[in-house]
Amino acid sequence: MISRRVFLKNGGFALVSLGFAPGFAPSFLARTAFAAGTASRAKRLIAVFQRGAVDGLSMIVPYGDADYYRARPTIAIGRPDRGGQDVALDLDGFFGFNPRLSPLKPFWERRELAIVHACGSPNSTRSHFDAQDYMETGTPGVKSTSDGWLNRYLQARRVEQESSFRAVSLTQQLPRALQGLAPALAMPQVGQFGIRPGSSGAVSAGFEAQYAYAADRVLNGVGRDAFDAMKALRTADPSRYRPDHGAEYPRSPFGQALMQIAQLTKADLGLEVAFADLGGWDTHVNQGSAQGQLAARLDDFARSIAALVVDLGDRMADTVVLTMSEFGRAVGENGNRGTDHGHGNAMMAIGGGVRGGRVYGRWPGLAADRRYDSRDLAVTTDFRDVFGEIVVRHLGLSDPKPIFPGYDLPPSKFPGLFG
Amino acid sequence: MRRGTAAFVVSATLAAGLTFPTFPTFLSGAAFPDDEKTIVHVLNRIGFGARPGDVERVRAIGLQQHIEQQLHPERIADASMSARLAGLETIAMSSREISERFEQPLLDARRDRRRDAAGNADPNAPREEPDTAQMRIRQQANGVLVELGEHKLLRAIYSERQLQEVLTDFWFNHFNVDARKGRDRFLLTEYERETIRPHVLGTFRELLGATAKSPAMLFYLDNWLSAGPNGPHAPAGRAAPGRQPGPGARGRGRFVMPMPTGPPRPQAQGSNNRRNGLNENYARELMELHTLGVDGGYTQKDVTEVARAFTGWTIDNPRQGGAFRFEPRIHDDAEKTILGRRIEADGGIADGEQVLDLLASHPSTARFISTKLARRFIADTPPAALVDRLAARFRATGGDLRAVMTTLLTSPEFLSLDAYRAKVKTPFEYVVSAVRATGAEVLNVRPLARSLEELGMPLYQCQPPTGYKDVADAWTSTGALVGRINFALALTSGRLPPPSDRGVAQDFSPARPGVAPGVVQDFGPAQPSVAPGVAQDFSPTRQSTPESIGALRRGRGVGPMATLGRGFIDRSPAALTRWEAAVEAALAHDLSPTTRATIARAATPAERVALVLGSPEFQKR
Repeated sequence: MISRRVFLKNGGFALVSLGFAPGFAPSFLARTAFAAGTASRAKRLIAVFQRGAVDGLSMIVPYGDADYYRARPTIAIGRPDRGGQDVALDLDGFFGFNPRLSPLKPFWERRELAIVHACGSPNSTRSHFDAQDYMETGTPGVKSTSDGWLNRYLQARRVEQESSFRAVSLTQQLPRALQGLAPALAMPQVGQFGIRPGSSGAVSAGFEAQYAYAADRVLNGVGRDAFDAMKALRTADPSRYRPDHGAEYPRSPFGQALMQIAQLTKADLGLEVAFADLGGWDTHVNQGSAQGQLAARLDDFARSIAALVVDLGDRMADTVVLTMSEFGRAVGENGNRGTDHGHGNAMMAIGGGVRGGRVYGRWPGLAADRRYDSRDLAVTTDFRDVFGEIVVRHLGLSDPKPIFPGYDLPPSKFPGLFG
Repeated sequence: MRRGTAAFVVSATLAAGLTFPTFPTFLSGAAFPDDEKTIVHVLNRIGFGARPGDVERVRAIGLQQHIEQQLHPERIADASMSARLAGLETIAMSSREISERFEQPLLDARRDRRRDAAGNADPNAPREEPDTAQMRIRQQANGVLVELGEHKLLRAIYSERQLQEVLTDFWFNHFNVDARKGRDRFLLTEYERETIRPHVLGTFRELLGATAKSPAMLFYLDNWLSAGPNGPHAPAGRAAPGRQPGPGARGRGRFVMPMPTGPPRPQAQGSNNRRNGLNENYARELMELHTLGVDGGYTQKDVTEVARAFTGWTIDNPRQGGAFRFEPRIHDDAEKTILGRRIEADGGIADGEQVLDLLASHPSTARFISTKLARRFIADTPPAALVDRLAARFRATGGDLRAVMTTLLTSPEFLSLDAYRAKVKTPFEYVVSAVRATGAEVLNVRPLARSLEELGMPLYQCQPPTGYKDVADAWTSTGALVGRINFALALTSGRLPPPSDRGVAQDFSPARPGVAPGVVQDFGPAQPSVAPGVAQDFSPTRQSTPESIGALRRGRGVGPMATLGRGFIDRSPAALTRWEAAVEAALAHDLSPTTRATIARAATPAERVALVLGSPEFQKR
């Protein structure tokens, strides 16, 4: 069995102090550290899920489409040339950022941030529940898929030395996207990964010894991994993290989650896929425009991601941050100055390898006869085309077929986010 | 790997008329299988593990007699259960009553909020904090699922009818419905009580038919929306399709097309709703997950034809906890061909019934169900010969689940050494068996439910219709293992995470400022654990009775959330001393030398108990 552990460790001493000979642990101690060179070349994906269906038309504003303003008399984001603070930030003469996304604007200017608009699922569901499920399993319309697309990537891409931190979700529970046979960790707080505080050293060392000697092969392997991971995290010292380059994370749960992803990334623990999510996008009532409810969520969203990108600095050359949401919202505002469930939406990809400064995908238009079901932004790019391009061109998997079963995904379908 | 020498034991003709074959035992050649390991093994498989005294009780009546009793739960006295369940006010309610008392107020409050919001002149004004009345309505609505979870835990821990609880859990999981899908959280109480539980030792066809007609399943897999290509066949000028029935709005004989899920749309948006067509979700899962299995020999054509057969199987008054209703006006009444069998035109509701007959008696179903049962009770990869025998029994008895279970539980494979500790416990099995092992009185099971969320197995919230997995791979990861060790430490220190008041871990309700939906609220940093013996805020006497516990729970109500994680269990010094002996007995005193050595070095009873419950041995059953 190939060693699944990657850290140099000093695990012997606690057991010695318990009276166990250190002899049982040589494989434990002889493992090679994750070579720094390998770590810096490894590609990473940080997936961000906006749960509840963000209004893509208020996030990436099609201000050049006159139908946008006709459909939204009270909640539209104004054209950039209208002046003032609360207007769209022009991107390319047709689309603009919601002004609350201004923290992300420098990455657009530097061509590190790309947008795919009118992107989404071929499935027509307007249920959050089903649509999130479809997006996370990567199999729209098929409910019984048991694993998530990110987990299938981990399964397909065997690595010689698998880190316990190869896939980490900064959430209470493992998201559907990461569920499956490949190991993945869910932890709401990095610092909370470990034996319960307040437990005596004897208890912790006792458990370590029990699993190191466990007759059950699987529990033995997993147990050793777990204690290795705890030691590695202690080295990373999550409690005293200081962001680089003056990055300032919001104190929101999302900001703190991204900060911990940065921390894990910098600790060189072999992190390859990270996941975080944030809710509050289901704005049926009083959505607001450049101010208000949605704007407040976008503010947190953008400031958190901007802090992450700044903090990671050079490491962003090997990292892509990808944002997604289960579906978009109806083109027309409803009777409560909000928006109801829709269809097509916008995704963002940020990272060194991304050919940024462009909005990808064909714009279908917002005129009534161009809409999906006469009411929603139509989908012109299947979300799997975006996921697939990232899996192939960024993460380096040659064949995306196992990741998206039943979906034909030749490179010609890729939006072209990477050169 | 140790190998078993199967010795035989006795055979007996039991009162029920079932002939039990010989019992092999894997430890000794004794004439009677009363060794501790065998009994603990059986208690771990047909129940959620041994409680203090269980081994002796089973030995006294005999292992065969115990199994036979468990196969007839109605003959087992379980009087203390009702006292323990006292105070859970919703568990006996119908879906209609739950809807009236918990769902309707929620919908009304939501409507009021929308109306208020619509009248608000400034669209950019921050939203008001929901007032306390609305918070209470919300909390009460969440309470329905919270109570159902408490009910499940209490029964699993304390019911004498352990096999019934194991099977109810198994079959609910087989016919899984996720509480987070819309109003399903108001339907699961009745679903488990009326649809699953009464049928777990009945015939498979009855169980299948009950799920097919349950509003919970009709809603979860969208069949209530599924309509034939020509439906709805409402006369022109009647009830425009696409309108939600308001309370009391549904007139006699008037048909209102069911609408897709999602929050109620404002009236102005009603015209945007689309007509519904055929929905294949239920048809597909019915064959793939409920009956034939994915390799059971059906085609996409069969899926479509089955979906057509089930058009019109819908819900009466869906927003008011209504029951199953067959609606001929959206039923596709043309001829169908399913698995090579022709179903005549104009069959109406009989179309679906015929499909269920066909699927329930199909050889693939017998094999698929037998495999799953053997996986639950024997091993992740069950012995093929046993699966063959179970499938044969299934077919010979017309899917009599009690007969199949009898064959399983009296098979040599069930009591073979290869099966001993072959399964990794799921988080639910782990948590319940840990509490049972201590013999502790749990005063408040909500922290246990919260622990299950942390261990990745929230009650009634398994998203895919596949249900939770029943193989070791799904439950053994580094994170999961650390979680289990920490559960053992938390249980023995008397401090579990404070429970969520939400009932569902995820919520898609409209945004509230400052509180992101989907995030389980945090009640502050964990407090340092108290030393054993420190007075708890709530310490019952040793002689706590189920009645007194029930009364305490009733009187206590829902206290401040932050305090609920403490004092949920009696862990006085005397109790901990009892736990020490009890937990080793629950492992049949079969602990590895390493585990024994670590226990010997621990300083306190609480640590010693934790080291047993968190050990590799205790993760298996």
